[in-house]
Amino acid sequence: MSERCAIIGIGQTYHKAKRDDVSIAGLVREAAQAALDDAGMAYADIDAVVIGKAPDMFEGIMMPELYLAGALGAVGKPMLRVHTAGSVGGSTALVAAHLVASGVHKRVLTVAFEKQSESDAMWALSVPQPFSAPLLAGAGGYFAPIIRAYIRRSGAPDDIGLKVAVKDRLHALKNPYAHLKLPDISLEMVKESIMLWDPLHYLESCPSSDGAAAMVIASEDVAASQEAATGRPAAWVHGMAMRSEPTMFAGRNQINPQAGRDCAKDVFGQAGITNPRAELDCAEVYVPFSWYEPMWLENLGFCDEGDGWKLTDSGATSLDGGDIPWNCSGGVLSSNPIGASGMLRFLEAALQVRGMAGDHQVEGARKALGHAYGGGSQFFAMWVVGSDKPG
Amino acid sequence: MSRGPAPKQGNRPVAIVSFAQSPSMRRIDQANEVELLMPVLADVFAGADMNKDDLDFICSGSTDYLIGGPFSFVMALDAIGVWPPKSESHVEMDAAWALYESWVRLQEGDMDVALVYGFGKSSLGDLNRILAMQLDPYTMGPLWPDQVSLAALQAQAMIDAGLATEEDFAAVASRARRDALTNPNAQVAKDISVADLLAEDYAVTPLRPHTLPPLSDAAAAVILVAGDRAFDIVENPAWITGIDHRIETHALGARDLTTSVSTTKAAAMAGVAEKPVDIAEIHAPFAHQEILLASALGLESSTVINPSGGPLAANPLMAGGLIRMGEAASRIFDGTASRAVAHATSGPVLQQNLVCVLEGAS
Repeated sequence: MSERCAIIGIGQTYHKAKRDDVSIAGLVREAAQAALDDAGMAYADIDAVVIGKAPDMFEGIMMPELYLAGALGAVGKPMLRVHTAGSVGGSTALVAAHLVASGVHKRVLTVAFEKQSESDAMWALSVPQPFSAPLLAGAGGYFAPIIRAYIRRSGAPDDIGLKVAVKDRLHALKNPYAHLKLPDISLEMVKESIMLWDPLHYLESCPSSDGAAAMVIASEDVAASQEAATGRPAAWVHGMAMRSEPTMFAGRNQINPQAGRDCAKDVFGQAGITNPRAELDCAEVYVPFSWYEPMWLENLGFCDEGDGWKLTDSGATSLDGGDIPWNCSGGVLSSNPIGASGMLRFLEAALQVRGMAGDHQVEGARKALGHAYGGGSQFFAMWVVGSDKPG
Repeated sequence: MSRGPAPKQGNRPVAIVSFAQSPSMRRIDQANEVELLMPVLADVFAGADMNKDDLDFICSGSTDYLIGGPFSFVMALDAIGVWPPKSESHVEMDAAWALYESWVRLQEGDMDVALVYGFGKSSLGDLNRILAMQLDPYTMGPLWPDQVSLAALQAQAMIDAGLATEEDFAAVASRARRDALTNPNAQVAKDISVADLLAEDYAVTPLRPHTLPPLSDAAAAVILVAGDRAFDIVENPAWITGIDHRIETHALGARDLTTSVSTTKAAAMAGVAEKPVDIAEIHAPFAHQEILLASALGLESSTVINPSGGPLAANPLMAGGLIRMGEAASRIFDGTASRAVAHATSGPVLQQNLVCVLEGAS
């Protein structure tokens, strides 16, 4: 009973440390209008709006979607607000796609954003809670010990993280929307940057960005008519999956989480993919800290456990000659409007299979993965998109 | 063909088969959100003779601003123990919208059972300050208008338009308190006359304290099942035959506060008027809003409104709307209603509204 659905419009902002030229409404509208323009549609054509962002304390506004109803053309329509931690941008896209796949709506606008400059994410993540250990070091401090455990288990050389940091920043130079543009990036430069949370140097960490992402997701008949009207191809959804696992659980493997493995198995199963490295043309994967590339290569089944760093080391994940380029857009390491970071992964995967990724296009890409994770790696959202309609 | 009533919306019939809630209390210090949820989840599973392994989908509703920290839903999920990992989502909205997301997800046919839950401890902060942070952050929020004052503007607009009187507000509150006497989960229950209520001083003109919702801590949960499997679980599943929600502008000055066009639109989409409505559970935190919403929903005078006592008897933020759906479903389960309407609201002075029609099989 699941209906086919397609991404027919894509928009994003120019991501920056401070977008003080726009309000929050102006920021989300910039992305939404671009997505509508791409789809050949206006706000009046949209049936429902699904918006996502990370914790409200990141801007200091409770349920900001209420105030954004007008800016996003949602007045008189259904509007949903998703919040699933760092995976939210991906989850939001999935909720929107399910509104179409279920047959409930035909044209859904989905938007995700973060305007980190309006508040302080490090503070918001560090509010002391009763009976909980304070997380005063932010996300990097949480993930660094897990990365150290990965290095010990896999025997990876120390410089793998540096290589990811350089590769993704080289990719970002080809993406006009990316926040960080470091033309002189080198292994030496990353290594010389200050050590924030051992083994993570400053340049192995994601930036704090203001930015928004938006997509128009449509039913098969609407996609056909808009493709004909605009001359721009749709990206088709071949699989969608979410998984969550408990936070406090002695059996958790935080280095290679079960929820991530199950989610990947589900989404690849739906898309008919048995060997993701061979069958996908590229992937946009949520890598906020450099070492998460080799870790997620293993978690997502692009290689055997313990071998992820070897793919990175060999250049397999580089747009420059790699067989399975990861994060051609520059990834989260180059742009991180937190609530939108997951949707940017989903959106960039769709751009690739539409052949519309510009200078960071993977030649002939026909099938791609979009991935997001959140919390302390408990929450996962993924989709596989393709140039062709699913069979 | 399903044995349930034909749904107006959706391809696949979905029913509420179990509902549980914690008693609403002014202040629960001895339990955090996870501890508040755990007995409610045990009850909702028992009501369906299920456990977490039966779930295909989980969706919850809550807000970070009640606990004053990020990710209030993260630890709450541990109340279930989702191992092996489950397909799960969360809305930063009243859990009534989590039920909506679950209903959508069950339409596709690959999933049959969903758990929906919501929780809110209003006692942790000052709601008048917290809810002001829902307003336009650049132009209105910095003025810190409190929710009671905004509701009073609405009530006064109704009076000025000749739509209701202060006596009408008191009559709603008197009935709600009396009905709540039979609801073990209610927080405010009393047999008190309209005249006695009108003797109170104003809180904010024209609203007296009895027209205001109580501050409540509580949690609630619902299990949804798709298809005829629902009949294996309860004798009278509460079938969702229509469900829709709509939002209005945030600019209060651009809205007609004496009505709720979003409720009327959602009610039309959900098919409220197509058959008689036996009972309606209306998420009207303020007494005057019940009058306004009953009119916006197009209910006839024969419809029994808020037999549970409604939000004037218990008003846990983020769970209050889901409780309306659960209370309405309970009237279907016990056979006192064959067709019920549940309404949920979110945002300043009824900005966003959801309407759900529930029907028994007969």
